[in-house]
Amino acid sequence: MTVKSERLVDLFEHGLDAPICLTWELTYACNLSCTHCLSSSGRRDPRELSTAEAKAVIDELEAMQVFYVNIGGGEPTVRPDFWELLDYATAHHVGVKFSTNGVRITPQFARRLAANDYVDVQISLDGATAEVNDAVRGHGSYDTALRALAHLADAGMKNFKLSVVCTRHNIPQLDAFREIADRYGAQLRLTRLRPSGRGADVWDELHPLPGQQRELYDWLVAHGETVLTGDSFFHLSAFGGALPGLNLCGAGRVVCLIDPVGDVYACPFAIHDEFLAGNVRDEGGFAEVWRHSELFLGLREPQQGGACTSCSFYDTCKGGCMAAKFFTGLPLDGPDPECVQSHGESLLADRRDIPKPSGDHSHRTTASRPVPVTISPSRPPVSPCDESPLAGAPVR
Amino acid sequence: MPTASVFDLDRAWDLHPQVSVRPEPFGALLYHFGTRRLSFLKDRGLLSVVQALATAPTARAACRAVGVGEDDMLRYTRALAVLARSHMLTERHPDP
Repeated sequence: MTVKSERLVDLFEHGLDAPICLTWELTYACNLSCTHCLSSSGRRDPRELSTAEAKAVIDELEAMQVFYVNIGGGEPTVRPDFWELLDYATAHHVGVKFSTNGVRITPQFARRLAANDYVDVQISLDGATAEVNDAVRGHGSYDTALRALAHLADAGMKNFKLSVVCTRHNIPQLDAFREIADRYGAQLRLTRLRPSGRGADVWDELHPLPGQQRELYDWLVAHGETVLTGDSFFHLSAFGGALPGLNLCGAGRVVCLIDPVGDVYACPFAIHDEFLAGNVRDEGGFAEVWRHSELFLGLREPQQGGACTSCSFYDTCKGGCMAAKFFTGLPLDGPDPECVQSHGESLLADRRDIPKPSGDHSHRTTASRPVPVTISPSRPPVSPCDESPLAGAPVR
Repeated sequence: MPTASVFDLDRAWDLHPQVSVRPEPFGALLYHFGTRRLSFLKDRGLLSVVQALATAPTARAACRAVGVGEDDMLRYTRALAVLARSHMLTERHPDP
């Protein structure tokens, strides 16, 4: 009767009349430059949907009875019309769950959020200590997130989320994350690091080590439904029993992404032309894309397990995450790069052509890693256009 | 499992006011904005029953109104009990 029982999955694999879980990145603008940002955010895209266009999308979602949208970015709260759109959505029976780094969660806005039953907030934090968090999310971001948590708790907001992307550096901190969440009356949400966006550049050094995957699986089993996962760890079910949730790649079936310029992708982790289904500005709007795009109809066909079909865990893991395979250059009908039965390892060693994300909105000034510079002791060669009378003359 | 403790077929029931229902080819999806939980109705018959609750004096009357036979009554009662337990349904008390 509920999502976690029997084979709801079988019904969902053929797709639904409207998505259950729709992610909408409102803007690519962001005050941070997280090294693993799945949407390569930083700078606003000038083609971003206007307020009126965004409201038209909300009208469509209301008509399709989409229960709620997961709003993200970028940092969605930096859009000047963010609060206006939030109020518009909830007034039109579209619930809003939004992800934020906390930068705009002042005491005043925290009170406003706490007063709206149709709003849920996820504060992103990728380390239980400033040291681990700020290495990925940037200096000061730990303090910003904790301040936001405190403001929400003080405002009486209940059951908001503390959202963590699991990395090799924070998996030893799972209990500490739990304590932080408990301290503020928040619920912990753990999700998987994907090699999407800028995440592709840091995936090799941040994705959990094989032993940590087991540690994470055991921790999730022990904590059951008190910890949310956004269904992102179903590849771990090949360790044994399935984790709570649908355990299904929902891309184009129950999930999709609307990006800031209105492009509709199969899932939030697949911002690439290969997974682009259409645009909400096209004739027929979002509903047309969801119901009739060739890409989505294809994803709702029975999928081929390929190399995974012979694996005894295929029924629960389904070959893992499409986006993780795509952005590590692995075939889509083969094992996940983090396959816990180690079927992905040899493929990773042989990978050659790794697709690049379609858009990069990173801050141009970001120097997230050292740039090697050598200062040449010799003078530059004389160019044919050099007008200096001393050009090329030896310096004494 | 015992169902009588949480669900009495001979009382009046309503969908919880914070629950939204979306019909789907296989039945329907239910979303509770308060608990933020998703449930589903596995067939259209059950959807009809749920939709009939608001205007029926009892859940049993709602089932009969949409043509649920005695043979199916136990199955539907179980399904309604699960919905009641997850707060998707609430008991409707007559105005004093």
